[in-house]
Amino acid sequence: MSTHAFPYLTVLILLPAGGALGVALLGARRHVARAVVEWVGIAVSLATLGLAVVVAALFATTTGGFQFVSDHRWASGLGVHWQLGVNGISLFLVLLAAILFPIALVGARTRTDAPSFVAWMLLLECACIGSFVSIDLILFFFFFELTLVPSYFIISGWGYARRAYAAVKFFVYTFLGSAFLLVGILVVAFIHKDQTGVLTFSLPALEHTHFSSAGEILLFLAFTAAFAVKAPIFPFHTWSPDAYAEAPTGGSMILSAVLAKLGTYGILQFDLRLFPQASVDLAPLMLTLAVVGIIYGAIVACAQRDLKRLVAYSSLAQMGFIALGTFAFTTQGLTGGVLLMLNHGLITAALFLLIGWIYERRQTWQVSELRGLQAPAPVLAGVFTVVMLASIGLPGLNGFVSEFLVLSGTFLTHRWWAVVATAGVVLAALYLLWAYQQVFHGKVDLANSRTRDLSWAERVVIAPLILVIVFLGVYPKPVLDRITPTVNSLVAQVDSATRTTEPPVARLGVNGTLPRRVRT
Amino acid sequence: MLHAAFLMPLFPLAGFVVLLAFGRRIGEPFAGWIGTAAIAGSFVSACVTLAGLAGRSSAARSLTCSVSCGTAAQPHAFFTWISVGGLHVKAAILLDPLSMTMCMFVTGVSMLIHLYSVGYMKGDRDFTKFFVYLNAFVFSMLVLVLANNLLVTFVGWEGVGVCSYWLVAFWFHRDSAASAGKKAFIYNRIGDVGFLLAMFLIFSKTGTLTYVSVFAHRHLLSGGGTATAAVLLLFLAATGKSAQIPLFNWLPDAMEGPTPVSALIHAATMVTAGVYLLCRVNPLLALSPDAMWVIAAIGGATAFVAATIACAQQDIKKALAFSTVSQIGYMVLAVGTGAYVAAIFLMVCHACYKGLLFLGAGSVIHGLEDEQDMQRMGGLRRVMPWTFVTFLTAWLALAAIPPFSGFWAKGDILTNVYGKSLPLYALGLLTAFFTAYYMSRVFFLTFTGRERWRETAPDGRPPHHSPHEAPWAMRAPLVILAFFAVFAGAVNLPWVHVGTLDTWLGPVFGSRLFAAHQSAGAQVGLALGDAVVAIAAVLVAWRLWRRSATRPALEPAFLRRVWYWDNVYDAAIGRPGQALARAYAVVVDARVIDGAVNGAARLVRSTATGVRRVQTGYVRNYVLGIALGMAAILAFMLSRTWWS
Repeated sequence: MSTHAFPYLTVLILLPAGGALGVALLGARRHVARAVVEWVGIAVSLATLGLAVVVAALFATTTGGFQFVSDHRWASGLGVHWQLGVNGISLFLVLLAAILFPIALVGARTRTDAPSFVAWMLLLECACIGSFVSIDLILFFFFFELTLVPSYFIISGWGYARRAYAAVKFFVYTFLGSAFLLVGILVVAFIHKDQTGVLTFSLPALEHTHFSSAGEILLFLAFTAAFAVKAPIFPFHTWSPDAYAEAPTGGSMILSAVLAKLGTYGILQFDLRLFPQASVDLAPLMLTLAVVGIIYGAIVACAQRDLKRLVAYSSLAQMGFIALGTFAFTTQGLTGGVLLMLNHGLITAALFLLIGWIYERRQTWQVSELRGLQAPAPVLAGVFTVVMLASIGLPGLNGFVSEFLVLSGTFLTHRWWAVVATAGVVLAALYLLWAYQQVFHGKVDLANSRTRDLSWAERVVIAPLILVIVFLGVYPKPVLDRITPTVNSLVAQVDSATRTTEPPVARLGVNGTLPRRVRT
Repeated sequence: MLHAAFLMPLFPLAGFVVLLAFGRRIGEPFAGWIGTAAIAGSFVSACVTLAGLAGRSSAARSLTCSVSCGTAAQPHAFFTWISVGGLHVKAAILLDPLSMTMCMFVTGVSMLIHLYSVGYMKGDRDFTKFFVYLNAFVFSMLVLVLANNLLVTFVGWEGVGVCSYWLVAFWFHRDSAASAGKKAFIYNRIGDVGFLLAMFLIFSKTGTLTYVSVFAHRHLLSGGGTATAAVLLLFLAATGKSAQIPLFNWLPDAMEGPTPVSALIHAATMVTAGVYLLCRVNPLLALSPDAMWVIAAIGGATAFVAATIACAQQDIKKALAFSTVSQIGYMVLAVGTGAYVAAIFLMVCHACYKGLLFLGAGSVIHGLEDEQDMQRMGGLRRVMPWTFVTFLTAWLALAAIPPFSGFWAKGDILTNVYGKSLPLYALGLLTAFFTAYYMSRVFFLTFTGRERWRETAPDGRPPHHSPHEAPWAMRAPLVILAFFAVFAGAVNLPWVHVGTLDTWLGPVFGSRLFAAHQSAGAQVGLALGDAVVAIAAVLVAWRLWRRSATRPALEPAFLRRVWYWDNVYDAAIGRPGQALARAYAVVVDARVIDGAVNGAARLVRSTATGVRRVQTGYVRNYVLGIALGMAAILAFMLSRTWWS
């Protein structure tokens, strides 16, 4: 574990928290203009982004362990620590959150009660980043639950027609899942205390706990219940189309791009490390759910007539790919899964932002009411095309690299799951191209012909996303170099805990095909 | 001089970037000239590279050496694209006689068609965007051809696919064009699944995707049907891209694109990518005679089916599209026979004469104000002399009349097929008859007979008044391509054995090359047979179509409706698929899965009699409770930190 003198991660959490507080206080004062409050919020989120970029730049590519660790003991009786750290799995999720919050704040402003909205968003940013950098399980749980509060108020306060229903469903559903998680965390900690006499919630310490095989499976299921709902993984997904569709644009972006990653992140960071044997034993179940989610999500997306719900179901399919790569337990699969978390976040946030802009212009998401928009709004159409193609998995854009790694990694260990999942590639093209044709192609009618093209401000907002989408498609090396060491150590950990190994070609490539030389 | 290979893809990439960024400001026609100049730069680089490659000994041009040169003296890699665990993929170039041959005709034909487009697209609202797409296409095509590994080939493969999507749907306000673009993309995606799975399979067995390493370790693929599976998966990809059975029916619809696109992408270059891919992996094909038989059979069948359909089309571009499908069928048949050189030979000749046929058709369509129905043409030879003469050479080349190029290329294939299988040879010869027949029909309907464009159409469309010859920018490419349509056969004459395509490509295909083992006498006999069949077909067509424009007996609905292929797909896959999606969305997701969730919630609510209040208020309080509780815990812990 490497540490730095400056408490980067603590500041990363406290900066948006302080911003939220400041914005809330400023907003309460009548004489401060709304725009000023909004820009204060944006400035705070940009400062957070700057700091996150510094962390990513200073991140060492030589170690797979946690970096930037800060560890402060709290209630010693409770064994809870303010223990923070990032590794290759969490680094880019922090960065993703830091990139998307300013874009959501600038690109998806609300018309009503902006100060409260900005304050909730900043609190949400604090909670998201806090979840990704906490390596004390109770602290993680605290932030994991904290995300619910601002998300609930954002959906119910600024959402669309069925926002109350969607917010309640979202809240109750995910809250029920987390109940299992809390119980699981406590059980793990107490088993660990029985074995070592130390009560701690620190992930690196708990990794060495031994469980009975039945107990490990139950604990795995308890943790995974919370994460599977959050991701969502089929069949725990039905809160997500409602929540994504009814949330305001900024909310949909963050919910699908960042919050959903809490689920897959939890599986990768906690399930696999704490319960490697159960993870491997239950891999066929998880892989099957993943594949079903990929195909099912895509097929249901084909039947959607509402753009937001269509993207929601396509998200379900993409989360399936992440789970697939994770439970393949190969270097390529896991690396692809981690990379896909970042890529899916970027792509889906861009899609929801663009759909939100279409709604601003046309007051509808219904595909049947949109037509021929490419004629009056060519730039919007062009940007949408790039994002859509990234989502379909066109090589040269970011989605492909992760999809290829996931599928090729899965093929090494679970061939037939990979074969079925690859068919999902066709389906993604089917519903996205259909939607594009309905919305942007065809002869434009009177109502659609006055659609405004993207303003310069909007182009500036979306440009960073497009640039990153293209860059990561052409040159993913900087990201992969930071992910791989952690994935290697994770694979090694799983391998040694389960006394299995991944196929030699996964690690060694062409050298893995040579006959093993017997040491004499 | 081999360094110029780098410039080949970079020129069109630069053109793409410049036109994308400044195209609208540059405007018509300069944007078109910039696009054309970029491809011309690419063509010159290709020529320089060719000179460099030809200057080496034949052994030093071979596949392995060009890579060992790549690692030592000339690093033929741009950068490392993906490197995870044992998977290493570089953006690198593989230069060998095969990729060089492809680059030459791709850049050459592209340059001519860019020039033609400056004239053809004149006045179009999206003139500059057309060249943006066209340059992106050439870049992708060169990536496809030059890649040194399967994954980068796939980048180009998908790149040309998406450019094809954009260009087919170029006039997107037409619903038919938009649908055709989507159809092309999705059919190709189905094939791409094969490509992806083949890569997964090859990587899992050999641990690499680089061509040279895969070939060096190909013994790892033999046994257990692995090689057969890998080859057939790649062939599935090829059937998508190269419009073969069972994925061929996107190509006729793709004719919705502007005619230069049909000429460049859907005749000369992109659609032959599948054949190129199979030739590229020929060492793998050699591992699986079973797969080769499948390839040969599908190629032969496609050639025949598409040729029969082409006999009954009324739309000039549709007729040419089915002709393309049929001709690629011949190439695939050649690949399945192991006659790779013959396949490449036909590919080059076909690029010239089929590109020319489309450009000629475009000139006719342009002159008749977007008329594509051959019923409304006829007698155009007097009005469009340049188009007439050049189209005539292309017709004779495609019909395989000696000594035009098509005769030599197709003869080469048929001679090889004769050595492999008599039934396939018979099918090929029968197809050759249909080929000469449908092409002659198109020619007579368009350029001879009554001037039907002067008349009001049966459906009431008014006559065309002033058909006119195309401007010089469109005529010059016609003349240049006509030259090659006549003389391209000279690169591989059967009795020459020095400096031919055979000897040039020999190192790539090596000893696996199935030379035609027939005696000189048999070869002459086969060639005579080809010639007789072709000439007979032309004479039959001359009798039937010289004067009359409709013969319903010879254009049955079965052929006009493409053997009902689309209808079968729609009934078997399209409609059930839609029903399934609706059922999943409306019944399974909304009622079953979500119903279970909501049902459980209702059950809890009805049992918890104490909670009678509106659900929203209830949860809102709950959320606040959590928030306050968390704040209290946080405050407590912070205080402990600071005071302990």
